[in-house]
Amino acid sequence: MSELSANSPATTVEHPSIGTFIRVWLALVALTGVLVLLSHLGPKAAVWGLLVVSPFKAALVFYYFMHLKYEGPLLKATMLVALGTLLIFLTLLFADVAFA
Amino acid sequence: MTEAAHSEHRDDYGAKLGMWLFLVTEINLFGGLFIAYAYMRNKYPEGFHHGGSQLNATLGVTNTVVLLTSSLTAVLALWAIQQGKAKLSKQLLTATVLFGLVFLVIKTVEWSAKIHHGIYPNSEHLATLPHGEQIFYGLYFTMTGLHGVHVVVGMLVLSVIARMVGQSKITRDQHVVLENGALYWHLVDVVWIFLLPLFYLAA
Repeated sequence: MSELSANSPATTVEHPSIGTFIRVWLALVALTGVLVLLSHLGPKAAVWGLLVVSPFKAALVFYYFMHLKYEGPLLKATMLVALGTLLIFLTLLFADVAFA
Repeated sequence: MTEAAHSEHRDDYGAKLGMWLFLVTEINLFGGLFIAYAYMRNKYPEGFHHGGSQLNATLGVTNTVVLLTSSLTAVLALWAIQQGKAKLSKQLLTATVLFGLVFLVIKTVEWSAKIHHGIYPNSEHLATLPHGEQIFYGLYFTMTGLHGVHVVVGMLVLSVIARMVGQSKITRDQHVVLENGALYWHLVDVVWIFLLPLFYLAA
């Protein structure tokens, strides 16, 4: 029984190569450089960096470093529900502020 | 005694699912603060702009590279144990903890400069600043401070895990504890990915 649960299919995940992790790290450092560059272009560009580049960096960490890419649908759904909840809160907040 | 009584109960998937659920609570904790930041920034754009221009972006960016590198060593520690390379895994975990220490040292330098200039929670000088700037610094100390606590906790957790790897309590076939510790560390990295532009680059 215990052997079955420890080796259930859900835990048998694909192991990415070391090269994949190093490429992801290089991409993350490069994207940090892009953020710095955008901040020098002006406040609007910096905010676009915050709204587009930062979530992309976070997605890379979730997807590769945290192995979400190789996980089953349950863990992916758990994350989507959490992020979806935050997005709903943010939308409601700005809707409230915009029509206050 | 039966054979079942002798066998150790293991549910690696359950352990990992539990960790992810815990991470969801952490995301909501910091998410709430991000929402507070968004509201206040919208209300006091001038105060946030001036407050952000007073922070040392070079230190913030340096700390980002340090944490991203620590995330790489953490994921490589997991990769190493999956390959059966316990010694390498322990070394990579130690490197991760040391990167965490470098992050905290840089953060201490940054906070010390602010405190030296009389900017800290409830200080007399802070009370003389415009309201928006007071709120900016309140959020800055709260969010970077809470993140710093998470870095310290992560360093302690990874230190214990490194010791367990050395004692062969974590092995190629039984490494979910290391996986969960690394997940926590990566989330600490993700939070900082957002704190950098919020306070240092786009304020």
